[in-house]
Amino acid sequence: MLQRRYVWEWPVRLTHWFIVLSIIALSVTGIYIGNPNLSVPKTSSFVMGWMRAVHFGFAYLFAVSFVVRLLWMFFGNKYARWTAFIPWASKEGWRNIIGTFSWYTFLRRKVPYVVGHNALAGIAYSFVFVLFTLQIVSGFALYGQYDPNGLWASVTAPFLSLFSNQGLRLTHHMIMWLLIGFAIHHVYSGWLMDVKEKNGTLGSIFGGYKFIDPKDL
Amino acid sequence: MTSQQQNAQIPEEILRRWETRGVSRRDFMKFCSVMTATLALPMTMMGRIAEAIEADNRPSVIWMEFLGCTGDTEAFLRANEPTATAIILDYLSIDYHETLMAAAGHQAEAARRQTMEKYKGKYIAIVEGSIPTVEGGIHCTIGGNSALNITREVCGNAAATIAVGTCACFGGIPAAAPNPTGAISVSKAVPGATVLNLPGCPLNATNLTATIVHFLTFGKLPATDNLGRPKFAYGKRIHDNCERRAHFDAGQYAEGFGDAGHRQGWCLYKLGCKGPETFHNCPTVRYNEGTSWPVQSGHGCIGCSEPQFWDTMTPFYKRLPNVPGFGIEATADKIGLGIAAATAVAFGAHGVVSALRKDDSGPHEKED
Repeated sequence: MLQRRYVWEWPVRLTHWFIVLSIIALSVTGIYIGNPNLSVPKTSSFVMGWMRAVHFGFAYLFAVSFVVRLLWMFFGNKYARWTAFIPWASKEGWRNIIGTFSWYTFLRRKVPYVVGHNALAGIAYSFVFVLFTLQIVSGFALYGQYDPNGLWASVTAPFLSLFSNQGLRLTHHMIMWLLIGFAIHHVYSGWLMDVKEKNGTLGSIFGGYKFIDPKDL
Repeated sequence: MTSQQQNAQIPEEILRRWETRGVSRRDFMKFCSVMTATLALPMTMMGRIAEAIEADNRPSVIWMEFLGCTGDTEAFLRANEPTATAIILDYLSIDYHETLMAAAGHQAEAARRQTMEKYKGKYIAIVEGSIPTVEGGIHCTIGGNSALNITREVCGNAAATIAVGTCACFGGIPAAAPNPTGAISVSKAVPGATVLNLPGCPLNATNLTATIVHFLTFGKLPATDNLGRPKFAYGKRIHDNCERRAHFDAGQYAEGFGDAGHRQGWCLYKLGCKGPETFHNCPTVRYNEGTSWPVQSGHGCIGCSEPQFWDTMTPFYKRLPNVPGFGIEATADKIGLGIAAATAVAFGAHGVVSALRKDDSGPHEKED
């Protein structure tokens, strides 16, 4: 008998979609800022100005959403908790890692069934959270240069001297591409799980509910 | 007349005295106002600056040259406000400067020692060029003494040390990878000394003059940032004071040297300008008697006054550095697109295999 289970609470869903929106907006404006390719005939236009304004606005939205999601790891239900992102910390987690990996590489027929994130997804998100952190730190370090006496410059100064200015620029740029790569994988895996597990994975990030047969667990 | 205007005046007798020395009141007032503005001081300080320059408190100066190209001396000789001659003869007593002094050999070294003994703890040390350290510093010796020893000796007893040019401030080109001589900056060579950094390749002589004027007026060096650079000269980004900034914000960029955009003075960002990450007052103070600076003359900033600029700001004509470990033609974007495309292809293939596979959907495995 299928059960309707509330998996993703609203802060999880809301931050997820804010982050999706931010990554799209930040990538589009970021690609332009890195290589401004639009032809601008009038000196009175403000194309780069707007691109940067939008980039900085979404940067704040992204950073705040990410921080809220990190905090929710300590307040949310068990599917949202920080433990979901370190499956290697438990024996059962290791079983799931190996099981899911074997299933992905076609070595096994059946996927180990979990209600929340599967073990590999948990690991992937841990890695993505590290990338998010690096992206936010490098971004605000570069942004802070407009005012060397300002708040951001004083907070991020150690990173600039550690990685050099251009090193941070390159890091910031390459992480964008890694995140685009991740997004492709993320959408594919979501779709695959939706098809294979038949539990409403793709729909759950909109509504929060999955459909579980307890016999599977 | 408001009190502000009154305070901004220079006493009549000082102006008269300069006139008798052949410096017109107009030129002297211009000098004082340029110095006040460069130091970002209120104009009411102008009179105090004039008095400080007038007072007979010229400190002795020992100018040392090590691993450098003498570019900073060349820039200093072309200082226009006041002329180098005037600085040397009237304001400062430059007791030792290999390129400028008349003495040579033992006489020169004796002059340096005399100054150090006579004005112990009172003279200003100026260092140009970086200091080699490997094999006991044999890659630069003067009178049989290594640059490292001379720096420690001279800067250790100085009232203040001013490092001029990027080599002295951050190691510069001699310290660029692979740095065969183990060249280091002055502040690293003499960790205990008070070192003020005036980077730039070459330094801007107006900033040196302003630093000295500050020292004469207030008896101390100006406030510095975390890299030891005076805030009055390095407290703002080149990008934020650039005359091409409006074209940057508009979105108008020169695509190549000599193209239509370049001829119209559009932004040099796409030609690799490092103005957005370089802190210097080039756009406002400029070089060569204030006539021009690289970006005004159509060349992007190469970030010459930033630490490790030769290693980190290259390639000079591209926005981003090359990705380490890849061929020189592989740009960050090509590699990034490659990552995205490879991900799409890999998961596309996975999807095809998954779709063809049977028996792996629906109810799930239980641990047997």
